Amino acid sequence: MSDWRPRAAGSRVARARLLAELRGFFARRGVLEVETPILGRGTVLDPAMESWHAQAGDGAGGREGGWLQTSPEYPMKRLLADGSGDIYQIARVFRGGESGARHNPEFSLLEWYRLGFDDRTLADEVVTLLQEVAAADPAWHAPAPEPRVVAYPDLLDEALGVDALHDDAARLQAVAAQRGLTVHGELDRDAWLDALMSLCVVPGFPPGRITILHDYPENQAILARRSRERPGCAARFEVYWGDLELANGYFELTDPVEFRRRREQDRARRRARGQPEPAADPFLEGALEAGLPDCAGVALGVDRLLMRLLGEDDIRRVIDFPWGRA
Amino acid sequence: MATYSTNEFKGGLKLLLDGDPMSIVENEFVKPGKGQAFNRVKLRNLRTGRVVEKTFKSGESVEAADVLETEMQYLYNDGEFWHFMTPESFEQYAVSKAALNGSDQWLKEQDMCTVTLWNGEPLSVEAPAFVELQITQCDPGIRGDTAQGGTKPATLETGAVVKVPLFVEEGETIKVDTRKGEYVSRV
Repeated sequence: MSDWRPRAAGSRVARARLLAELRGFFARRGVLEVETPILGRGTVLDPAMESWHAQAGDGAGGREGGWLQTSPEYPMKRLLADGSGDIYQIARVFRGGESGARHNPEFSLLEWYRLGFDDRTLADEVVTLLQEVAAADPAWHAPAPEPRVVAYPDLLDEALGVDALHDDAARLQAVAAQRGLTVHGELDRDAWLDALMSLCVVPGFPPGRITILHDYPENQAILARRSRERPGCAARFEVYWGDLELANGYFELTDPVEFRRRREQDRARRRARGQPEPAADPFLEGALEAGLPDCAGVALGVDRLLMRLLGEDDIRRVIDFPWGRA
Repeated sequence: MATYSTNEFKGGLKLLLDGDPMSIVENEFVKPGKGQAFNRVKLRNLRTGRVVEKTFKSGESVEAADVLETEMQYLYNDGEFWHFMTPESFEQYAVSKAALNGSDQWLKEQDMCTVTLWNGEPLSVEAPAFVELQITQCDPGIRGDTAQGGTKPATLETGAVVKVPLFVEEGETIKVDTRKGEYVSRV
């Protein structure tokens, strides 16, 4: 093969430096580095996330299989329930069907959990991390000092006059059409919200500035608890650098009953859409039953952070062996 | 009926959309970490030449357009149709003026062109990127004026008119960039 050569020589030293800076950041704060399996018995059922299935011979003429993790969230929560205290991990994760200028199906995810934090205080810590890391090398790009903090429903209202909590799919589709956006394929309400946010609003985020988007509609809570301040919303946040989504975090859901309800809802959505149904993780439920301490957690894309620090627009410029050459 | 899923989208793929054959120019994958994925696609309408942008929900399938690009030799025109032939099979195709979309002004008999067929019918003709043509008419050049960089119109043997430097004379053969319609050099 003529394609043996690595592609991101210009970013290699910076990546090593970044990993060291991230580890330093957590060491200074007394957050423990952990490792959890990337291959598991089960995985998430979130319909927006496709898990890779791995198979191997079992040595006895048969085959055994497992699921590559889309994030280390579930096993890290089991550590928290076991009394680990504050923890972080830089994990390799895998997501099917995600490939492009900002996606690689295998990537590095920095995930950390803080006891006694909520979504707001953890979002602040993400901003501190970005600023400290960016200051580590004078050649790196740094975000503007003051982040913009805005609630998801307020942003959609300001930008498009949309009521993110009540407008139905037809109304959202009409707003999109006014903006010249038509989509081939049937979209439900949540997918229309995603379309408006990702295709109409986020591209206009101020470049070079961090935006914290918080109070997501409850339907998009995933594993965040309900917002105390804002009915109909979840204590979930996302962090953008310019128009690039870097991190997603929650004031963590600890209620096992609500966890089961959301998992079954995800399963039902998958079935309704004809999506494949992977084996559900069999362990997290038990950890929630035993008791997850009050905490907030966030996952941050390391490759994307490296893109922004180096001013690169394509993730394949910061990964030596991107998908297709891996 | 062949179809392509959005995860097969890449530059050059030919799709049938709104009844027209289109070729993907650019495919951008957009997905919020925890949300619906989309493909934002720039496509060239192969019939009109116009570039349009379309958004697909990822996972959707789109009908493939039966489009084939083949190298053909230009034979002659009969005033109504321009006739081309595939050198391997000697199969001949008659192309209307509309499908030529201006490329006829660069074509000399026996030139090789890229002819795009849609469902077996000629859809468009792309002249070679560079052609060498003789000047059949232009005003005499003015000696000593070359440094000024002035130009004058010259009519070529195919009827096309291009701007040439003042020192270029009638009867000379010149090289022309057909995509820009510009003089490149004397031959």
